[in-house]
Amino acid sequence: MNEMTAPAQKLTIKDFTSDQEVRWCPGCGDYAILKCMQRTLPELGATRENTVFVSGIGCSSRFPYYMDTYGFHTIHGRAPAVATGVKLANPELDVWMITGDGDGLSIGGNHMMHVLRRDVDINILLFNNKIYGLTKGQYSPTSDPGTKAPSTPQGSIDSPMNPISFALGSGARFAARTVDTAQKHMPGVFTRAHGFKGASFVEILQNCIVYNDATWADVTAKPVVKDKQLLLEDGEKMIFGAEDNKGIRFNARTFELEVVTIGESGITDGDILTHDESNLQLARMLAELGANPGEPMAMGVLYADPAETTYADAVHAQVDEYKGKRSLKDMIYSGQTWKVQ
Amino acid sequence: MTSEIQVLESAVVRFAGDSGDGMQLTGSQFTSSTALEGSDLATFPDFPAEIRAPVGTTFGVSAFQINFGARSIKTVGDQPDVLIAMNPAALKTNLGNLRSGGLLVVDSGAFTKRNLQKAGYEESPLGTPMLDDYQVIDLDVSRLTLEAVKEYGLGNKEALRCKNMWTLGLTLWMFSRKREPVVDWLNRKFAKKPEIAASNVAALNAGHAFGETAELNVSIKRYQIGANKTEPGLYRTVTGSQALSWGIAAGGELAGLNVVLGSYPITPASPILHTLSGMKEMGIVTFQAEDEIAAICAAIGASYAGSLGVTSSSGPGIALKMEAMGLAISTELPLVVINSQRGGPSTGLPTKTEQSDLYQAIYGRNGDAPLPVIATRSPGDCFEVAIEACRLAVKYMTPVMLLTDGFIANAAEPWMLPDLDALEPFKVEFAETPGEGETYNPFKRDETTLARNWGIPGVPGTEHRIGGIEKSFDTGHISYDADNHQKMTDTRFAKIDGIANDIPLQNIEQGEEGSTLAVVGWGSTFGPISEAVKAARADGLSVSHIHIKYLNPFPRNLGTLLKGYDKILVPEMNAGQLKTVLRDKFLIDAKPLNQVSGLPFKIIDILSAIRAEVGAPDTGVPNTDVKGA
Repeated sequence: MNEMTAPAQKLTIKDFTSDQEVRWCPGCGDYAILKCMQRTLPELGATRENTVFVSGIGCSSRFPYYMDTYGFHTIHGRAPAVATGVKLANPELDVWMITGDGDGLSIGGNHMMHVLRRDVDINILLFNNKIYGLTKGQYSPTSDPGTKAPSTPQGSIDSPMNPISFALGSGARFAARTVDTAQKHMPGVFTRAHGFKGASFVEILQNCIVYNDATWADVTAKPVVKDKQLLLEDGEKMIFGAEDNKGIRFNARTFELEVVTIGESGITDGDILTHDESNLQLARMLAELGANPGEPMAMGVLYADPAETTYADAVHAQVDEYKGKRSLKDMIYSGQTWKVQ
Repeated sequence: MTSEIQVLESAVVRFAGDSGDGMQLTGSQFTSSTALEGSDLATFPDFPAEIRAPVGTTFGVSAFQINFGARSIKTVGDQPDVLIAMNPAALKTNLGNLRSGGLLVVDSGAFTKRNLQKAGYEESPLGTPMLDDYQVIDLDVSRLTLEAVKEYGLGNKEALRCKNMWTLGLTLWMFSRKREPVVDWLNRKFAKKPEIAASNVAALNAGHAFGETAELNVSIKRYQIGANKTEPGLYRTVTGSQALSWGIAAGGELAGLNVVLGSYPITPASPILHTLSGMKEMGIVTFQAEDEIAAICAAIGASYAGSLGVTSSSGPGIALKMEAMGLAISTELPLVVINSQRGGPSTGLPTKTEQSDLYQAIYGRNGDAPLPVIATRSPGDCFEVAIEACRLAVKYMTPVMLLTDGFIANAAEPWMLPDLDALEPFKVEFAETPGEGETYNPFKRDETTLARNWGIPGVPGTEHRIGGIEKSFDTGHISYDADNHQKMTDTRFAKIDGIANDIPLQNIEQGEEGSTLAVVGWGSTFGPISEAVKAARADGLSVSHIHIKYLNPFPRNLGTLLKGYDKILVPEMNAGQLKTVLRDKFLIDAKPLNQVSGLPFKIIDILSAIRAEVGAPDTGVPNTDVKGA
């Protein structure tokens, strides 16, 4: 994000809502994310003219049409590259990138890796519904093994990837996770992503009501939320559970995080890990949490460690160092020349 | 011995050696020296794709050819008059082309048993009847070089690396060229290694002195090739890649836009990325992307945000960029796409030249996706063509394909420095904040050009959403309406076709309207066609030369012009692509003359085809100033 002049008068949700009819399926998780964004931007002091939404292809990538800001619905998988170009042209712009698990991790996986590695100052929202929606239900790179889909009638075979692990492995300096229905949690994550100088990667667990309904239910359904979600806060103990008595402990023998119950087997508060957003190793372990039965998924900001500068700023710093020192004429007319009379 | 100096009108010299022998440097330094004497010239660096192919092999041979003269030079010359062969492999691969009676200089020190074997010679060809057709000077250049640099205490390997400078010294002597520019260059290049600089200079001087004093089995003639009487002005040599990069920078300045180049390394386009990366003084931003697709997408993103997006590549990379080009066509954003064509298909011949991407340029992409295509004909021409590509891109809000090729990219020629202040600006005006009660419509078009108005992020009131989905002609919003798609498709074509009204009429390079035969070309075949037509006309044949720069749309008089000739011959370094497009557009009987060898045409091949077309006897090599042909 960039420090911008705040709008003269505070904008509202209406100012960020375009006149286009929203065309997602009724009940799609995308609606909640859109509303949350339209509601949060005024709170962030964002202006319509400096805000750009760039997307690829897929259900989630229709998002820009519904925001009354600048928007570019590009081609499949390439949003990170287009967004990089936007920032190279004008580093002052506030760029959000909207993608999905197919767009961002399959066809666009390479670009995603590089936009994170370069630390281009954009906010990336990856809507993960573990399925291809717009092409009618094929399995995706985050689908659970055995997913039965039109292209995998006997069930999918390949192992899914973990978006946050991918992001951290690519060199992301900000990684967070939230849920489409978490209207209280999501604005905070958006705010943090927006405030981070550098590439901020946010995985949003999103429900596809048509092709993969309830795929996140074991994490997001009301009755299990407290036991299956670990809400991270920097500097706070990693405690969760319906009775607030479960915690995350580091097991130095297995080199793993494990779930323990405070008050059982002599476990006290002191055994529970305190979240440190700047700890990359911890973030890597938190990213994978939830893979085993009984473990919660980590929500909120898993990792935030800003660099000194961001990519586009550094590129322009190099240009500015030389700019104007020599004209095109100086360049062309230099070197060995001769005169014909 | 002292030789008398013979005055020549032009000469073709070819330096050939192992990839590690420094032949490209030798050639380019000879070029500098020659250019400074005011001779016209054309060069042809001809090197293998491998960086260091196994030493001594025929596929590791690297060559540099220069044609220079006291007259206008348009090609690199069909046949070398002088061949310098630094090892048996270089002799083997280049001898066949040496003019009969031509001068052959060989480093006999490199004709070892092992090197002969690697080149496929059973015995040394030196002193055998195989070379009877030529004047042979065999010198142990290796030994002479070692002696010349011995006082600098270099290791054997490093000392031998000065061989090319020894040879260059001899060649400069042979053609009465000055050593000073080379000495200056060596001292600059090796400023931090004075002993290397000094030994190279010593080798250069030794080679030069050798020509002056040596007793040779063949008397080396000394030649003088004077200055070409050409348009007065300040000149320098320029390669296509340089001129193209400078043209892009000039185009950006004339448009009042920052240039953002997205590129990915590929032969032979990389020099453009390198050159523009060294031009930060002009505010140019370069982005070496993770792949070809990212490179063009970043350029498109930059254009969306108000810069001039440019991407450069070669055929295989251009293939990868096609979907994104469609996006730029659909969203009507300016973009310059540079294709330095090389031999294809697939990886093909990366370091060899071809012009086989014309179909790709005109017909590539899914859907009906027209864009302007323009081509450059020579290294110096790249400057102007690059500016024109920028002009069309911003004026018509469209990607423009600029076709150049590997030959033009690497070749050098004298170039009269342009008066930059005299270039006509084409300053872009972005959409402004709409007034009270007005709304911004990104697809509101200029009535003449049909270009949409360009609103950019950061400007209040012109917020809009665009994308690759079809847009309503009236509002720019998404539209799946059948009639609208027809209308938008028609509009996209009308916009590009309308460019024909904004470009010069097709001229005739040589000849006149309605002669018996028109030889029609495009791109880097300009030189050989030009010389062949000149020779044919000197023989009294009714032949004209037409060279097309604007390949889509064509100049609006082209059809009428071509229909005035009895016959049309289209020489191309492809299997007949322009021929097909001409037939398609104008229903004319364009006849192909194709060469897909990775090498430029020889004048004589085009001349023979011209004679066959007009029924003239093939009398062989013309005795005009098309020397070497």
